[in-house]
Amino acid sequence: MSADDLRPNEDALHPDVQPASDESARGQDGQRLQHAEAASKPIRAPATREPQPRGAKIRGDRPIDQAEAAERFLAAPLHQKAHDERLWDVRKKRDVATQAIPEWEELRELASQIKTHTLSHLDEYLEQFEAAAKANGVHVHWAADGAEHNRIVHGILKDHGAKTLIKSKSMLTEECGFRHYMAANGIDIIETDLGERIQQLDDEEPSHVVMPAVHKTRIDVAEVFARTLGTDPTNDDAHYLAESQRMTTRPHILQADAGMTGCNFAIAETGTVVTCTNEGNADLSGNVPKLQIHSIGIEKLIPRVEHLGVFIRVLARSALGSTITQYTSHFRKPRAGSEMHMVLVDNGRSARLGMEEFWTSLKCIRCGACMNTCPVYRRSGGLSYGATYSGPIGLIIDPTFNKRKYSTLPFSSTMNGSCTNVCPVKINIHEQIFAWRKVLAEEHQIPLLKQGMMKAAGAVLSRPAAYRAAIGTADSALRALPRFAVYNPLNTWGKGREMPETPKQSFHSWYKQNRMKDGAK
Amino acid sequence: MRIGLFVPCYVDAFEPEVGIATLELLERFGLKVEYPYDQTCCGQPMTNTGCHAEAAATEALFVKNFTEFDYVVAPSGSCVHQVREHLTAIPQTDAVKAVRSKTFELVEFLHDVLKIEELPWAEFPHKVAYHNNCNSLRGIHHARPSELNAPFFSKPLDLLKKVRGIEIVDLTRPDECCGFGGTFSVFEPAVSAKMGYDKVGDQARAGADYVVSADSSCLMHQKGCAERLGLPQKFIHIAQVLNGAVA
Ligand code: SF4
Repeated sequence: MSADDLRPNEDALHPDVQPASDESARGQDGQRLQHAEAASKPIRAPATREPQPRGAKIRGDRPIDQAEAAERFLAAPLHQKAHDERLWDVRKKRDVATQAIPEWEELRELASQIKTHTLSHLDEYLEQFEAAAKANGVHVHWAADGAEHNRIVHGILKDHGAKTLIKSKSMLTEECGFRHYMAANGIDIIETDLGERIQQLDDEEPSHVVMPAVHKTRIDVAEVFARTLGTDPTNDDAHYLAESQRMTTRPHILQADAGMTGCNFAIAETGTVVTCTNEGNADLSGNVPKLQIHSIGIEKLIPRVEHLGVFIRVLARSALGSTITQYTSHFRKPRAGSEMHMVLVDNGRSARLGMEEFWTSLKCIRCGACMNTCPVYRRSGGLSYGATYSGPIGLIIDPTFNKRKYSTLPFSSTMNGSCTNVCPVKINIHEQIFAWRKVLAEEHQIPLLKQGMMKAAGAVLSRPAAYRAAIGTADSALRALPRFAVYNPLNTWGKGREMPETPKQSFHSWYKQNRMKDGAK
Repeated sequence: MRIGLFVPCYVDAFEPEVGIATLELLERFGLKVEYPYDQTCCGQPMTNTGCHAEAAATEALFVKNFTEFDYVVAPSGSCVHQVREHLTAIPQTDAVKAVRSKTFELVEFLHDVLKIEELPWAEFPHKVAYHNNCNSLRGIHHARPSELNAPFFSKPLDLLKKVRGIEIVDLTRPDECCGFGGTFSVFEPAVSAKMGYDKVGDQARAGADYVVSADSSCLMHQKGCAERLGLPQKFIHIAQVLNGAVA
């Protein structure tokens, strides 16, 4: 790290990147949006090639070492800076978009209340949804977990002799390990979302819920496409790359035996699945093949069509800072001559619903705003979390999938609270991170070293005499303090930062000397 | 009105001048300020790590030390946040609840309780970047965070505006976390340091001579980062500036 690193960034960004136009720099109250001058710079490709850092090492159920993966991400400064600036840019656009409507905070409150209400009556709304969907001529299936989801979908495909499946992006199917399962069963899956397709071709998990390949630079994408689609490896022009993907994917779309989408909102009253995309790929996936399947997490329910407006208004603004997604598609009935299936998936959701401190995480609409604003996420990359969900929302739901494997994740946070403030459904994310730490410590899912240090710290800090002995004199403070004050086993502090100077005297001894001369107190 | 002064452990140890400035500043307003001699810490290092059982005895000691006062004042947003929101490892007796509700961070005590109008002794003719510590900002509501669509307010800036000669410079990411995060700074040192580098770089580009904050722990981290990068700005606690520090 040198002062050079502080120069404005001009690195390559992912093709999704639109250069920011500098919109209104003032909010409702006429106050300057505090970061409005942080305009994004025109992007030029860097001269030097920097290999893309890969994600966390997965070793069975062993706890993910997010810090280790993050350190590797930081060791790739071109990627790290591009990632940070790209996502900060989205955060800025989100601020401009949300400041542009006076009722923004009211909308968040409404969205939160609708979700809270729906989740509190989830059984009723699920039954209503099922009945409405069946009345529409849809085949409705229930899956208790990811494995059952995969088996059900595989069964549907087998019944139709379907061998190829096009699908739009769905975090739920990522959760279920769907692509891997289908590959093992001889089904060809083509992801139709650009970012998701990039990740599929590179055999990597998505790193972000909205922008799956945001951790890659344009050069990385050019390399992946050259290797897998035969494009020109030296051409990293965004339009060329996007066009290449489109041209190679179109034939698959036209010939696919079946199509599949995820679900942003499922409307109980009408049995409708609503998807929100910018590429229109959900429409293609749902509308082109004769067999269409929609995978739905049971928490996606909302009661009525009239509630959808609230979510449509908050989703795109939170996710990308745009007023609405390019496509808001409603899937309700099979087209003439085609068949429509909906799979309602639990996969841990009803168990989560029963967790007193954590159930409101089910309100999440997967907008990714908490990730974009998270200073740790922006500097670590989504793959460093080694889980389907990364960033703040990941920290609070990943441990519900595997408490041991993801026991470290709630500690990959400064609990600064920005995530909670951007969340359009008002999930108290940083408070849940705090609560998870408590649960994990109580269940001994945190390293013994850490817990031992806290025990020692607690012993010193609860005994005035021991505390005074630890920091009583300048000399002993010098020796004891770095360890004592920052609980530092390996001098990890000093690796990246200068140590604080030794004070001549603690406040305590100053007070004794200057204010207690006669031992009066 | 009896005021109990709480000097957090890292202020006691590393930044005694901040404790002294807080004491002197409160005394300038004619208040009787006492420093309970057996105080140590608020328990935050342990609860921050999830270790609430390990924090219980420290929390009990905190309550014991401060129970007799009308107000408890501390020059630290994060410690006050701990006391107010997270001091829950011990049974919530009336005494515990009382101490928790009467504990104030210095800025809010001056701004909301004393409602001070002027600081005639304070002059600080420098370019200053204000660092909104996250717990102060989003935990105890020192100011309007940039994420919210709400009217602008800032208690620390209100106070600093009463200081003669001060010039506040704007950061491009004014309320981005600096990466200290308590034990985060040692358990995730690479990300923590990088966040600190970005923060101090932002301050340097804004032309700040000084960085002022209501939390010494963030300042300690930022100072360590700035020194490592060879950046020139200096770091000072808001208590010192309001108390008329000559720098
Ligand atoms: S937790 Fe909130 S901010 Fe994060 S993805 Fe979900 S809805 Fe969006």
